[in-house]
Amino acid sequence: MLKVDGIEKSYKQDGLFSKQRQQVLKKVAFECKQGECLGIIGESGSGKSTLGRLILGIEKPDRGRILFEGKNVNDRRVRMGSISAVFQNYTSSINPFLTVEEAIMEPLKAQEKVKADMQSKVDTLLHQVGLDSSYRLKYPHELSGGEAQRVCIARALSTEPRCIVFDEAISSLDVSVQIQVLRLLKELKQLYQMSYVFITHDIQVAAYICDRVIIFRDGQIEEMVPIEQLKDVQSVYARRLLTYLITFQVEDQG
Amino acid sequence: MNIVEVKHLKVWDANTDKVIIHNSSFQVKQGSCLAIVGESGSGKSVTCRSIMRLNKPWIRLSGTILFKGEDLNQLSEQEMRRRRGKNLCMILQNGMSAFDPSCVIGVHIRETLQTHFNWNNRESERKIISAMESVMLKNPQEILNQYPHQLSGGMLQRIMIALALVLEPDLIIADEPTTALDTISQYEVVEQLIRLRERMGCSMLFISHDLGVVQKIADEVMVMKDGAIVESGDIRSVFSKPEHTYTQYLVTTRLELSNHFRKLMQEGT
Repeated sequence: MLKVDGIEKSYKQDGLFSKQRQQVLKKVAFECKQGECLGIIGESGSGKSTLGRLILGIEKPDRGRILFEGKNVNDRRVRMGSISAVFQNYTSSINPFLTVEEAIMEPLKAQEKVKADMQSKVDTLLHQVGLDSSYRLKYPHELSGGEAQRVCIARALSTEPRCIVFDEAISSLDVSVQIQVLRLLKELKQLYQMSYVFITHDIQVAAYICDRVIIFRDGQIEEMVPIEQLKDVQSVYARRLLTYLITFQVEDQG
Repeated sequence: MNIVEVKHLKVWDANTDKVIIHNSSFQVKQGSCLAIVGESGSGKSVTCRSIMRLNKPWIRLSGTILFKGEDLNQLSEQEMRRRRGKNLCMILQNGMSAFDPSCVIGVHIRETLQTHFNWNNRESERKIISAMESVMLKNPQEILNQYPHQLSGGMLQRIMIALALVLEPDLIIADEPTTALDTISQYEVVEQLIRLRERMGCSMLFISHDLGVVQKIADEVMVMKDGAIVESGDIRSVFSKPEHTYTQYLVTTRLELSNHFRKLMQEGT
């Protein structure tokens, strides 16, 4: 469904007149199927967020194409209403002047699909992300991190997209809240039959939700494995990631 | 022997009269590591900043904070300044904002060291370089000539640890030192913190919401919720037999994530 075909991206380095360019993505190619959750794991600075922005069509690749159902995502009409995004910094991704209700309706307004049953739609969406109708008139600063992120998810869902890109969407939440949001995302995926592109640095979170993961390093795909085969990763870097992971364990006191 | 003894600490906001911490009492034993866990907004960081007296001026506090038998709350600002760094050292979450962005790392470090010791430039440089080597930083000389924005989060975090090594404080307060880091740097920073304790035998107050990291580093744990301590005790007994429902909730949610991962890793082996 989503096909990334040999994309490259570089940014200008050091100042305005410098000719030097830093290559951020080098010949990245992969595919994300309908209804699949694809995880992209990488450290900070590996270019995974850039990849996310390219998929969303916010930026254009230097070379290569990204096709969504056979059409290039550079065309607004292709991605409008079909690809949504949820970002990490939930506080700054909702317009502070809008109420929760207005924020959720924003993408629908942009699509000029405002209908009479908008009110009930907002209620359903809020309910689906585990909030009730009392949140409609609240402003973003009145929400906690977990609540704000739920509103962002509701907003992403409002256009009933076929694909959502999550860029470190739950990394800044508390672990206990992370689990709630992850459970919610699993349910919603079933309900709407969507694909997820899940960008994160946390392998445990990726293992919880993803069907397939890409281990990303220095702008290149280091390895791509189905989640069941995560323990059999081959590359040195991926193995190192797994051994360096700090897990939580409770001893049985029996 | 307790290095820090906090008795009936109450913290409130003078502008809104909102009480942030109600009545908390705890001790850090000499040479041990106490972890404070809890969700964001539970008052973990405020507790630490109260000990360091680094809260915003409108945040008021009452109660006693005894550090080696001396009430920190009664000290003048000047005396407190002398304690910070030398006796109480803080490792912050965000390395990027912990260092002065307008000068290279070396200048900042030299300034800190010369406030506390009578060392000349060459001597302080020699000390910090050997400390940086011991926290596995390569090319320390080069790093000293770089600005904070040129270094990664994990490196800045390790520079802070190196600085703590040179200062040899009695108590280290680490406020979410690993939260902003990715897997590999998180592992390295935790390893360095453990080694730092081994080498200096100092006490530590460790704040985190990641129970995995807490389990690896701390001896005792204290669970906070909405400004109150709900449970505290030895780390193994608290995590394996949590009594308060809130602790149970924290442990089970975290376990759900870890167990799923462990099951995946064990399947078929």
